[in-house]
Amino acid sequence: MTLLEVSELRAGYGPVQVLYGIDFVVHDGEVVVILGANGAGKTTTLRAVSGMIPARGRVTFDANPIAGSKPERIARLGIAHVPQGRGTLAELTVEENLWLGAYVRNDDGVDGDIARWYDVFPRLGERRAQPAGSMSGGEQQMLAIARALMSRPKLLLLDEPSLGLAPIITQELFRVLGELNRTDGLAMLVVEQNAGLALGIATRGYVLEAGTIAVSGSADELGTNDDVRRAYLGI
Amino acid sequence: MDLFVSQLMIGIQAGVVYASLALALVLIYRTTGLLNFAQGEMALLSTYLTWKFTDYGLPVWVSIVASVLVSFAGGALVERVVMRPVEQSSPLVLVIVTIGMFLALNAITQVIFGTDDKHLPRAYPFEVWEVAGIRVRSDTLVLIGVLVAECVLLWYLVQKTKLGLALRAVASNPDSSRLVGVSVGTMLMVGWGLAAGLGALAGALVVPTTPALTPGSMQSILVFAFAAAALGGFDSPLGAVVGGLVMGVANALTVEYVDALDGIELVVPFGLILLVLLFRPAGLFGRVHVERV
Amino acid sequence: MAGGRPWASPNRVAAWLVGIAVLAFLLYVPQYYEATTVNRYTTAIFIGIAAMGLNILTGYNGQVSIGHGAFFALGGYTSALLMRDAGWPFLATVPIAALVCFVVGALVGFPALRVKGLYLALVTLGLAVVFPDVARKFVNSTDGFFDHNGEPGTVQLSIREHLAPPFWHDWFADPIADRLRDWIGARDQWAYYCALFLGLLLLLGVWLISRSRFGRALIAVRDHEAAAATVGIDLARVKVAAFALSALYAGVAGSLAVMINRSASVTKQEVFQDSIFFLVAVVIGGTATVVGPMIGAFILVFVQEWLDESDWLSDLLDDQRARLASPALFGIALILAMYVLPDGLVGGSRRLLRRLKRRRPVSEAAVT
Repeated sequence: MTLLEVSELRAGYGPVQVLYGIDFVVHDGEVVVILGANGAGKTTTLRAVSGMIPARGRVTFDANPIAGSKPERIARLGIAHVPQGRGTLAELTVEENLWLGAYVRNDDGVDGDIARWYDVFPRLGERRAQPAGSMSGGEQQMLAIARALMSRPKLLLLDEPSLGLAPIITQELFRVLGELNRTDGLAMLVVEQNAGLALGIATRGYVLEAGTIAVSGSADELGTNDDVRRAYLGI
Repeated sequence: MDLFVSQLMIGIQAGVVYASLALALVLIYRTTGLLNFAQGEMALLSTYLTWKFTDYGLPVWVSIVASVLVSFAGGALVERVVMRPVEQSSPLVLVIVTIGMFLALNAITQVIFGTDDKHLPRAYPFEVWEVAGIRVRSDTLVLIGVLVAECVLLWYLVQKTKLGLALRAVASNPDSSRLVGVSVGTMLMVGWGLAAGLGALAGALVVPTTPALTPGSMQSILVFAFAAAALGGFDSPLGAVVGGLVMGVANALTVEYVDALDGIELVVPFGLILLVLLFRPAGLFGRVHVERV
Repeated sequence: MAGGRPWASPNRVAAWLVGIAVLAFLLYVPQYYEATTVNRYTTAIFIGIAAMGLNILTGYNGQVSIGHGAFFALGGYTSALLMRDAGWPFLATVPIAALVCFVVGALVGFPALRVKGLYLALVTLGLAVVFPDVARKFVNSTDGFFDHNGEPGTVQLSIREHLAPPFWHDWFADPIADRLRDWIGARDQWAYYCALFLGLLLLLGVWLISRSRFGRALIAVRDHEAAAATVGIDLARVKVAAFALSALYAGVAGSLAVMINRSASVTKQEVFQDSIFFLVAVVIGGTATVVGPMIGAFILVFVQEWLDESDWLSDLLDDQRARLASPALFGIALILAMYVLPDGLVGGSRRLLRRLKRRRPVSEAAVT
């Protein structure tokens, strides 16, 4: 079942165009990875999907057309975007950040979910009453992911989760992400520079180059593709 | 001693008024990051509206409530129609827009209601009691009571409700707020609406304690309210209250006791602000913005 | 500049031609129009001078002040007192007023170092609010030659003694003096040419600043203080100098105002209003541009006049209400101006020109 279908996506910042018409899909339960060098358009892609920047082309999520919709509406449809740089609400406490993540929900399960994420990310539980801005980068990243998950999304967008984090932390992070995908069947669209880590949990992937899709295939195919390996895995 | 205490009471009463308007200023600043020069004139228009309701024969309390509700809607409308187009612009542009609103609202009020003095009655009986040798006016008690109630209600709203969380989220990080589904535009409207409602209440309560309702009723109060908010810190509601009280009391005591400053009493509140800001650049309770470079 | 063409670009030539045409017109104004209109032009010029000064502080250096009406008034008082009590001719008082305001501006600039952004704006508001009271306390009023019901703190001047043009025959030979008397014989003409002269001089000053190291330092401090400090810019010196210069400009403007108003006086209302006017002129004209503030001042003065005197309002409402309503229109016009031209007139036209000239699509982005 196709969850997210993107065709002819064009986006940019003002007079500067970044994406020149790209096509990709994310199916239910998949982890799809977008690789590429700096400047290729990876972050722009996620921003266009979540509505942070205006998107031209066709973007369909769960049978809803969302190209050009406001981010609030897209979030309510079930897309949760963990932005680059974490987007922490620094003045709010950790727990308030999590409650905010559940903003679109009206059910009683919010407390239970918070407890679950404290379980998965014990550091957050320890700091639940602290202002979120006082935490380290790694902790804020965990918070950003937990916050996104609080809305029980159908699709999780992750923008460079490993950015600025120590290797040990990123390994743990990706382990958790991989497990979430396995146990909850949560679909993910991950943008990463660290191709090795990303391909480790991915089902399929695309390689973005200067605003167009250069290569696409399953995670294995990409992992063994010589060009990809030379350009992105340094092998 | 008597004189001191009675001046103190006058100062506290004035201070409570400044604090109420300062609270509205802080509310808008915290939700939208901008300083609303037109706050006083918005309150002025609301107060004239209250007067109009009483002129139609409605009881004063009802008029006040009606005016507060209408002002809430009006404030939200102002955000949507006047401020929204320029929300992304530079701070200077925003200042000019609020100044434009200041001029326009003041003039529009005069055109609609005329410039002659209007009488706005109190919503409560006017009494003066003697308590332990001090004369206490019902005005002071009511104003203090209303301020306390405002603070408690606001605190509850902002800290303990989902709406309040959303308001704080928008103030903290609008982009992230959008990503979790908060409608930032709506929250901004709510912030402005609340501030307008607060202003309406402040105006309706303070004007009856002055000789008459005139187009200039709000202007000196506004200057003091700004000063109070600066003293306390623009992003601190507690600062607004403390700042307002300090302003009121300092002004009242100076007027009475310091002859050398006769005629230039305003030096005191502003001198005070300057002094405070030299040592605490973000006001007494404001949060200093630390920049990581 | 890359690509050395041996002749000036068409834009440059056009700008110069427009400038010369405008200058010619401005020189001719007092010869053609009658006194009230000439005074209006003079007013626009001195408001432009004050706005240019404020632009140095706020536009180029990013320190927002809503209190420059105080410096304006201070300059006015200095000139008026020197003329009334010491018998100085007008032009001689201008450098003194400028100096006084420069010094006071520097004094204000020092505590301003610690206070930033909105808080600074508030402190300057305090200056605007407190100054009238202080001035009134220390300047005794006067009866002078005119029986105005002068407010205490007003300094009245006599036209004949202080504000009339100089007697040209004392200074120049007969043929020249005759000509001068024809051209600059009336009080309004004299005031106007003084203003124009000072205005051009100070405009030149802003232009030189904008092209100097100091100008670049101003902008650097505005955009990123921490970075500016790391390249060795003395933050304190730059910021205080900006304050002092802006005060100087406002002071000169205040002196010129005395010529038009025939008195120096100051009420809270005026000082506050003046402060706002200067800021509006800067923003409407274009912050951090050389001519923007002057253009903004002209727009401000003439739009206000047009709104005040338009008949259609009186047709709509009765006369009294029409008069009350014109500030409303002015306020609305301000708001609309910000929607349409947030960069001000000069900034906005530059943007427009750039957009019209752009042909090639820009390719790569650095933001992904």
